[in-house]
Amino acid sequence: MTQTRRSFLKTGAALMGALPFARALPAAAATDTLVVVSGQTINSLDLHRTGTNRASYQIAVNCYDRLVTFGQKEAPGGGLSYDYAKIEPELAENWTISQDGLTLTFTLKDATFQDGSKVTAHDVKWSFDRAVTVGGFPTTQMKAGGLERPDQFEAVDDKTFVVKLDRPSKLSLPDLAVPVPFIINSALAKSHATEADPWAMEYLHKNTIGSGAYSVSRWTPGQQVVYERFDGWVGGPAPKVKRIIVREVPSAATQRALVERGDVQVAFDIPDKDAAELADSLTVVSTPIENCIHALCLNTNFAPFTDPEVRKAIACAVPYESIFQAAAYERGAPLWGGPAEITDTAWPRKSPYDTDLEKAKAHMAASGHADGFDVTLSISTDLATWMEPAALLIQEAVGKIGINATVEKIPGANWRTACLVEKRLAMHLENFGGWLNTPDYYFFWAYQKGHLFNSSNYYNEEVEQLTNETLHMAMDDPEYAPKIERMFRIAFEDLPRIPLYQPALNVAMNGAEGYEFWFHRQLDVRSLGAAES
Amino acid sequence: MAGRWKAVGLRVAQSVPVVLGVVVISFLLTRALPGDPAVQFAGAAATPESIEQVRVALGLDKPLLQQFLIYCGQLLQGDLGQSVSTGRPVAEELAARLPASLELTLTALILSCAVAIPLGVLAATRPGSWVDQLCRLLVTAGVSLPTFFTGIVLIYVFYYLLGIAPSPLGRLDFVYLEPDPVTGFYLIDAALMGDWETWFGALKQLVLPAITLALFTLAPLARMTRAAMLSALSADFIRTARAAGLSRGKVLYGYAFRNALLPVVTTLGMVFSFVLGANVLVEKVFAWPGIGSYAVEALVVSDYAAVQGFVLSMALLFVALNLVIDLAYSVIDPRFGTEAK
Repeated sequence: MTQTRRSFLKTGAALMGALPFARALPAAAATDTLVVVSGQTINSLDLHRTGTNRASYQIAVNCYDRLVTFGQKEAPGGGLSYDYAKIEPELAENWTISQDGLTLTFTLKDATFQDGSKVTAHDVKWSFDRAVTVGGFPTTQMKAGGLERPDQFEAVDDKTFVVKLDRPSKLSLPDLAVPVPFIINSALAKSHATEADPWAMEYLHKNTIGSGAYSVSRWTPGQQVVYERFDGWVGGPAPKVKRIIVREVPSAATQRALVERGDVQVAFDIPDKDAAELADSLTVVSTPIENCIHALCLNTNFAPFTDPEVRKAIACAVPYESIFQAAAYERGAPLWGGPAEITDTAWPRKSPYDTDLEKAKAHMAASGHADGFDVTLSISTDLATWMEPAALLIQEAVGKIGINATVEKIPGANWRTACLVEKRLAMHLENFGGWLNTPDYYFFWAYQKGHLFNSSNYYNEEVEQLTNETLHMAMDDPEYAPKIERMFRIAFEDLPRIPLYQPALNVAMNGAEGYEFWFHRQLDVRSLGAAES
Repeated sequence: MAGRWKAVGLRVAQSVPVVLGVVVISFLLTRALPGDPAVQFAGAAATPESIEQVRVALGLDKPLLQQFLIYCGQLLQGDLGQSVSTGRPVAEELAARLPASLELTLTALILSCAVAIPLGVLAATRPGSWVDQLCRLLVTAGVSLPTFFTGIVLIYVFYYLLGIAPSPLGRLDFVYLEPDPVTGFYLIDAALMGDWETWFGALKQLVLPAITLALFTLAPLARMTRAAMLSALSADFIRTARAAGLSRGKVLYGYAFRNALLPVVTTLGMVFSFVLGANVLVEKVFAWPGIGSYAVEALVVSDYAAVQGFVLSMALLFVALNLVIDLAYSVIDPRFGTEAK
């Protein structure tokens, strides 16, 4: 951001390659720059700041290193995806886990920060201390892996970093690969810290000082972020593109026109409808979002929904197929009509329910509400693109079994409070996706009493116990699979959430390749390259 | 003359209570909004503890009156507070975005005046002619086409199909660096620097959104000009002037048009304030980093400081605008401040 006007104009020649009216320039120049459009606003360069939004997570990923990262695999729907099952080194050369699983010892690579100084274990310690101290989202996410207090982290020497856990957990190592525990140049940060701001929040909000593959050279809030490659990056294979411009374009129609004309190379996170239509002419990747489910939730605090027969009746009445077509344009993955027997721990999984009006009517007749009842079906205006068609189809379907549902739209700012915090919506649509890709982690957030995404107020003693037992248990533990399967069975029997489908993240490319899907649903620009044409 | 200055002074003084009222109301209104900013900003995986931490960090745990006094104290120092969602001072944010909206709105208004007023005059002098019909057609199209629709159609035709227009990517394409901020208006700043390449770049980006908005504002202006001219032309003093043998130009522009200008200026003021609000949609379509999209964003996430700052600055703008319009009367209408009371 300290770039002068002159130096920017000097590099302008390379930049021209991306421009429509400069096509006469040598073709080689074109691979220097990629332009991405996205509808989201990046509101900070520091993920640890209070109020930093989801779009900004990409900065942490692209400009900073974590100790470890996830591997790659082929993704359903095309392109690559991160691989939760494979943990790979990023800043750490290697690591050992003690016999009791309580001590993780990392040895760092010979890495340098973007300002040329060495990355040491002290930087890691400072960054981790920051993440567990500043409060809010970063602190909560660190806790998920059992990382709660600064005294758990120790820089033994410049190269060796130790994490001490209170209990062994399978979530600890993966939790070090999420965007939150990114490693900051602590010397530089401290030089900008003040007494009122010991963690240099002000400075990091506007500057990236990591050792990652890119740095942000220009950030104009509400308009664009310009990434510049850092050639000294040791965290992974060197990125192909020198400069990547992420431009904000709120209108989906405009995004589509830009990518179709080829003036931009990537349109990130486009609507399902556009993805379905563009798939014929451009490279469109629609990755079902791992550990994420669009669901119809029935609040067990409200009278008719306390009756399991009513919940089953609704699960049999929902027109899954039409919802998947109308709300998702068949992007993503169906989550209905699965086998009745549960014999594996795959997640998200198809529920054993399918649209069957006769069965639904039978369940209604068997319930204490055979004459039907009135209910409000709530949706969020922010998520209306999928919620509205889904709600209308559900409203029509449950009408056939005597349930008179009124659709209520709640404005975005109020939705989180009403749905997740106060949990006061009787029947509503909801979606949750967990970053740590295990079923028990999903259950922890969505099925345990009082937890944020348990918007149905669900409580079942056995599920509580099973979730607590499996949450930190290793996945190859012989007890793990039976407990998870038991958990699934109860969840599909009790039905506080009726899974509808797994949503997709859609990306259209025209002149770019190497896209990789990540659980944080933000663009990882490190793997992008210009497509040969 | 003294009477006129006194009237002007009185008019300026009237603005003060309005501004004070806006401060109070904008504060109370934001608090009355549904939605809890602490919940919003605690992030994706919030626990009750982290929500509480955020609430304290934002100062929302304090009693309402105390929050208001803090807010007023900050205002007196010219501080509009810190926007949580963007992490920048609201004043800085508004200073960056307001000129973008104003540049677009003013360009559109100038464009639409340049078309609407002559068109209205011509239509009024030749009622029933083809000019009159054209005026009617434009007016009908202007009021019936929503701005976002016009915008998308223009992008589709001139950018997507014909490839004449530049990419609809905001105020400047990548090759240009924004000019050093003096006024915040790219056209003016680039001209001040003598950087005509950037000036031209900014102008190109401005054309489509400005036309979109101009089409929208054309209707009331042309209709008002036509009506005012018609009534002025049928007035007694015009008949007298004609009978006295004054030239057609003198009658038309010296007498009729000057009289017709008053309602046109009033309409212009109304249209301006209306368009500043209506260009949210145009800003979205053309990725224009203006104030409208900022305010909507802030409202959606209950970003109190940003909403208050926006409401306040808009109120000040409207107060100033109305003042300017009233003062413009004093120039156009020689009776101002004499028999008005």
